[in-house]
Amino acid sequence: MTTLHTNAPALRARAPMPSWLKSVIAFLGVLMALLVIWYGAVVPMNVQETLTRAERAGAEVSPPTAVERRDMGNWALVVRNTTLLGESWSLDRPRLPAPHQVAVELYDSVIDEELNGRRGLVRSGSLSKRGLLYHTLVTLNATMVGFLIGTGLGILLAIGIVHSRVMDMSVMPWAIVSQTIPIVALAPMIIVVLYSIGIQGLLPKAVISAYLSFFPVVVGMVKGLRSPDGMQMDLMKTYNAPTQSVLWKLRLPASVPYLFASLKIAIAASLVGAIVGELPVQKGGLGARMLAGSYYGQTTQIWAALFVAAALAAVLVGLFALIEHVTLRRMGLRPPKTRQGV
Amino acid sequence: MLLVALAMLLWAGGWALNVALANGAARDAAATRLAVPLIFGLTILGMWELIVRGLDVPTVILPPPSQIAETFSNSVPLLWGDFVQTIVKGGLSGYAMGCAAAFLTALAMDRSDWLKRGLLPLGNFMAALPIVGTAPILVMWFGFGWQSKAAVVVLMVYFPMLVNTVAGLSQTTAMQRDLMHTYAATWGQTLWRLRLPAALPFVFNGLKICTTLALIGAIVAEFFGSPTLGLGFRISTSIGQLDLGMVWSAIVVAALSGTLFYGLVALIENRLTFWHSATRGAG
Repeated sequence: MTTLHTNAPALRARAPMPSWLKSVIAFLGVLMALLVIWYGAVVPMNVQETLTRAERAGAEVSPPTAVERRDMGNWALVVRNTTLLGESWSLDRPRLPAPHQVAVELYDSVIDEELNGRRGLVRSGSLSKRGLLYHTLVTLNATMVGFLIGTGLGILLAIGIVHSRVMDMSVMPWAIVSQTIPIVALAPMIIVVLYSIGIQGLLPKAVISAYLSFFPVVVGMVKGLRSPDGMQMDLMKTYNAPTQSVLWKLRLPASVPYLFASLKIAIAASLVGAIVGELPVQKGGLGARMLAGSYYGQTTQIWAALFVAAALAAVLVGLFALIEHVTLRRMGLRPPKTRQGV
Repeated sequence: MLLVALAMLLWAGGWALNVALANGAARDAAATRLAVPLIFGLTILGMWELIVRGLDVPTVILPPPSQIAETFSNSVPLLWGDFVQTIVKGGLSGYAMGCAAAFLTALAMDRSDWLKRGLLPLGNFMAALPIVGTAPILVMWFGFGWQSKAAVVVLMVYFPMLVNTVAGLSQTTAMQRDLMHTYAATWGQTLWRLRLPAALPFVFNGLKICTTLALIGAIVAEFFGSPTLGLGFRISTSIGQLDLGMVWSAIVVAALSGTLFYGLVALIENRLTFWHSATRGAG
């Protein structure tokens, strides 16, 4: 008890932990926990394959035959063969690769392939088709083209809807309904149909991307263009401002925060569209890479492609968040208090 | 050519009718609000039919709506099987599991500041990622059955739902929480009587976003492997056979179930958040 008493003033005197430090520690803690769980999960996920290899190497496995093992739970196998699990984290074709295996694959296919590969950037002067950078660029191209088409058309339609009552009443309900439809289901059909009329390569994927990014922009922009309140609209009226000036000087500037909120959703949707669009045609891209990996059991390759796709999405969304931050600050605006949507 | 000219005429007629309705005397009547989009949709359908027939577009590129309707009505039992496999077994079960898990995680994050600081940035990050990409891995783990589809759906809905619920739980003001404090309300009582009701608009926003995500996840996961039924399977195999009528029928099923699912959640939202300004303003 006495020690507690003597310690108490010292504890109180210490400065409280700064908030950002607490956040960083908490975030790192969660990441560490995820890694630990991942490494732990590798063992039961890969136990069948590990034990088969151990058996081939001459070790005594219990139960002895693969057929018996297949019917057992993975955890039971782990418990019964604790000494034979050393290879769990270094299998060639694991069901779940360990984090370091994914990291090695990422290094091999992103950096090593370009530096040392026969078709790599250093030797041939162009990105290797076996490396991930090439596929990332293919996907990024389709994403950006689709995104530009989709947002451009979306903004135009939103301007039309705001200015024409007929368009508002006839198109807007369909735009809202179309957001409830799993549009991705159309992807394979768009690819095949465009292919059959001779359009292939970048454009079909971009069409899907455009389609996915179109509706969030329409809905967000309509909301944004309508955001000036009655007082502001009345002021424009007292200036006898023509519709065009109202659009350029009031409605469009007022819609910028809404535009950025939609753009962040649209670029993410666009990327999903491009990836899904690459599934039916094996002509490069991260989606094609994932499907190839799943056909040939190259799980590490799928994981590597997945991480690159995640990084790409993070960079794209982060880029738009940054532009949003800078633009809104220079315009003296604040992001709208909309509900979170992805 | 005559049919194409007819299509143009139909367009002009439908649009003129809509202009008249939208600017006419009954412009704000509920019937007009319903009729105008319906007329618009029907005009598009009619033009589609006429132009496809008029220009002799091959059915492997774009079948006319009448052919789609015919295929649809001829294969209702088949499509019903696909619907049950993809939407009910894959989509709905994953949706329920994912949303429930996200909700419980959000409550846990609410109790622990450390958890919240650690998980929220991760949740925000994950919610923007193309999680569809995990489909090949999950199909490999959980097999071709509906379980793997449900797993994809769980992953897809989890993070958007988590982020929305957490945002919802922080919606109360300090004044309101202080009031509950002066009543000596426990955390559970405060949650149940104040913060959950205040969070409902956000929770339902998450639930509504997730309806679409759930269907997307369930359908795309079937592109990576499925038993011989399911909407994704139907779409990918029918395209292989160039049976575009069937493809469009499957898409119609997906679209209808997506809209119904969303509508159902929105209906429940209207019932439960009758007090919220967004709901009152609409009514």
